[in-house]
Amino acid sequence: MKDVELKVVERAKALLASGEVARVVGWKKGDFCFDPSPAVFESVEELDGLVYNWFCGANLSKYLIEISKKEGKTAVFLKPCDTYSFNQLIKEHRINREKVYAIAVECLGKLDVEKIKAKGVSMIEDVEVVEKEVKVATAYGTETLHKPEVLLTKCETCQKTHQVKDEEIILHERPARDVDRFAEVAKLEAMTEDERFAFWKEQLSKCIRCNACRNVCPACSCVKCVFDNPASGISAKANDAEFEEQLFHIIRAFHVAGRCTDCGECSRVCPQNIPLHLLNRKFIKDIDGFYGEYQAGEEAEGKTPLTSFTEGDVEPNDAVDGEAK
Amino acid sequence: MQRIGVFICWCGSNIAATVDVVKVAETIKNEPGVVFAANYQYMCSENGQQLIKQAIKEHNLTGIVVGACSPRMHEATFRKAAEEAGMNPYMVEIANIREHCSWIHKDMEETTEKAVVLVRTAIAKVKLNAPLMAGESPVIKRALVIGGGIAGIQAALDIADAGFEVDIVEKNATIGGRMAQLDKTFPTLDCSACILTPKMVDCAQHEKIDILSYSEVEEVKGFVGNFNVKIRRKARYVDESKCTGCKICMEKCPAKKGANEFNMGLDNRPAIHIPFAQAIPNVAVIDPEQCIKLKTGKCGICQKFCGVGAIDYEQKDTFVERQYGAIVVATGFKPIALDNFNEYGYADNKDVITSLELERLMNAAGPTGGVLLRPSDKQHPKVITFIQCVGSRDSSGCGKPYCSKICCMYTAKHAMLIREKYPDTEVHVFYIDVRTPGKNYDEFHRRAVEQYGVDYIKGMVGKVYNENGKLMVQGSNLIDNEQITIESDLVVLATAIEPEPSVRKIATLLTASIDTNNFLTESHAKLRPVESPTAGVYLAGVCQGPKDIPETVSQASACAAKVIGLLVKDKLKTNPCVAQPDENMCNGCGQCANVCPYGAITYVDKEFRLGGGKTEIRRVATVNPAVCQGCGACTVTCPSGAMDLKGFSSKQIMSEVEAICKM
Repeated sequence: MKDVELKVVERAKALLASGEVARVVGWKKGDFCFDPSPAVFESVEELDGLVYNWFCGANLSKYLIEISKKEGKTAVFLKPCDTYSFNQLIKEHRINREKVYAIAVECLGKLDVEKIKAKGVSMIEDVEVVEKEVKVATAYGTETLHKPEVLLTKCETCQKTHQVKDEEIILHERPARDVDRFAEVAKLEAMTEDERFAFWKEQLSKCIRCNACRNVCPACSCVKCVFDNPASGISAKANDAEFEEQLFHIIRAFHVAGRCTDCGECSRVCPQNIPLHLLNRKFIKDIDGFYGEYQAGEEAEGKTPLTSFTEGDVEPNDAVDGEAK
Repeated sequence: MQRIGVFICWCGSNIAATVDVVKVAETIKNEPGVVFAANYQYMCSENGQQLIKQAIKEHNLTGIVVGACSPRMHEATFRKAAEEAGMNPYMVEIANIREHCSWIHKDMEETTEKAVVLVRTAIAKVKLNAPLMAGESPVIKRALVIGGGIAGIQAALDIADAGFEVDIVEKNATIGGRMAQLDKTFPTLDCSACILTPKMVDCAQHEKIDILSYSEVEEVKGFVGNFNVKIRRKARYVDESKCTGCKICMEKCPAKKGANEFNMGLDNRPAIHIPFAQAIPNVAVIDPEQCIKLKTGKCGICQKFCGVGAIDYEQKDTFVERQYGAIVVATGFKPIALDNFNEYGYADNKDVITSLELERLMNAAGPTGGVLLRPSDKQHPKVITFIQCVGSRDSSGCGKPYCSKICCMYTAKHAMLIREKYPDTEVHVFYIDVRTPGKNYDEFHRRAVEQYGVDYIKGMVGKVYNENGKLMVQGSNLIDNEQITIESDLVVLATAIEPEPSVRKIATLLTASIDTNNFLTESHAKLRPVESPTAGVYLAGVCQGPKDIPETVSQASACAAKVIGLLVKDKLKTNPCVAQPDENMCNGCGQCANVCPYGAITYVDKEFRLGGGKTEIRRVATVNPAVCQGCGACTVTCPSGAMDLKGFSSKQIMSEVEAICKM
């Protein structure tokens, strides 16, 4: 990973120095190795703070909505999953593609520091990963963890590949793998209605309405969100239910249905660890079943299954359990 | 503050019998904003309308609610009355207390309570109504007729005779449709071809009619007065402008084993063929599934022999785009497949045939030259048994629940013609009921029984089976209360008819509604029987419901009258209830344009002030009010709620919902 980071910094500096781009969007070093945050770099000196390590899970594409409005070109580092969000935003005319220089950067999965800490590992100083072994250097010595157990949830079932690249930094090929991203959804589907209601009631009751999921979501890019607009009449309704926040998340899931690329940022940023991505994934699974396989963000133009009508579309009466009869 | 008047209609006893109209008016009087409430026996009558007009003036009303029948029925009536009293017509709301209330409930107390709620709901909406002004859109003076059977032909001729251009789009290689396949027509027994083919020729020769045969409607955009239609002209591999119809190609073509569709597959035709002698256009077509040249690249005999060089194996489908003011759907019917009716042995016995096959066997231009010979051994059948209602009036799910309407008459016709031509033939007819209403129809049926001695047996057939080469028809005779078996040489099934399956695609393209049996729905079963609920789309023939030739022709002419009534207008009033985006909230994401079926939404880059002297350019949606039909698809698609519908704003709808929930 260090070799990739070196290359990332080198390319960012070269692009900025040559004037090819006016700024670089990347991840900035935090206080620790595990808390890098998205940042805009406008000078070569600032780029000394640019990092690309096992904790750069954040999706940078949404930042481009505002940044690409600025003068000059912006370089951005995009992991495979981020490119889908990027494409979807291009499709929705929210990013000006011509003003972005997209660098496809390799990703072998990102780690979840919370999961590492939950293993009883603290005072983390550095992390190195060899194959499936995560070696965590701490003030107390080195701990070795099994990588699949400490991946970000969104990386557990990721099979995404880069959809966009003006250039690429790929030094290590990610091994192909066979995972079922709908396994968790299928478990929910297998529940009885009461069980499922109880599950979501428990999960959504934890919500503190911090809006982090909405703010991070690339599909939530409205100029004025309905939840911030008293005239929409929705903000009050979001709370008006047996368990307070259920409608907020359900309304949000409907709003991003057919546009959600399954980037998993909602669950990653949730401070209450609500598996919000499962709501979206249920929609994705149903859309696949009703209209044929569809992956939002694979294409930067064209219609989506939910906003187009074709003669072969499933009839409401023929839609059963996420599949066409 | 609005001053609202409420008018409760009794609709004679339609509403008043189950809703306490006086109580509704009394209760509503106390609603905030309501300054006047009345009830009257027939609000839609001259006196009722006068009552409304007077109240608007006397009480200075700003909006009115009429508690009456469905807005489909009289919204226009009450809007006009309000306009005459000086009120903007869009300040009128209808509370449907008939179809939604009095007709569907019985308990007076509950019904009255519900009526009050429905009226309250309309009041909640009208409080948020704003005056709207209708715009205008031009009318393209050209009609499209989809389907070139007798319905399409008649409609096209009538429209063209009134001086308007008409295009007939026919998916087959010739116009003529089902009627061209028939032998004689009831109740006069005149020859079908003799009365149809002159009309086909009239179409071909009419300077206002353009026949696009072997073509299909591919795409429809626009709206009443302004349809934009893309038509696929399928490759027929023969140049229509060169072919003279000499038929030399048909003689020389070596691939002669194609099932002849015109003769219901009872004989064969070559790969290159003209469907029948009087085909219009009289131009050959190549069946690509059968043509040796098209399949293997070797042959080319027809091209060699064609004197005018009309054969073109390289021909591809082409597309034409045309504009129309009105569209007539006349897609016709086909007999149902008999897969679900093994009991009649149709698949296993050559001598069990459908009525349409019998038409061809009796037709002089048919496979037997008009001599009735049964398919298996080409012998003259001595005992013929007809079975009626095969798949019609069938609630078992195997067939169709409706009556196909034409079978009783054509079976009587067949029986009579056979007895007339071959008096030595014994003819039996199994029937459930004989249904022959219509001018000279019952007399026709009686003639078959009384004059021609056709043996009508009331009862259904359980089974047809082959025993030593004889068809045994086993059924019940309900009059004599006995089971009988008739040894027959030929069995004819009066097969149910269903709409031509391509109508589903057409209906989708036109956003015209269709019923559970795939018949197109008319706007009003009694008062608007030839109009589809989609403005500018009209229905003729069996695509709307089973009917015979006289009825089809009447309906086609009625359609033509409606089309002419539309096309003579230079401009149409547009519906002012159109979508309108709030540019301050629009993201320009493009989803509304994706769902808009009318292409009414486009995007513009607009400059917005950000404060502090800064501006930003954003892409925002704009709606062309002349094209928008107010369907509301965009409003529900917009994630930020930037799109709203005038006259049906989200706020109005939410306030209605709240009014209902407050009960």
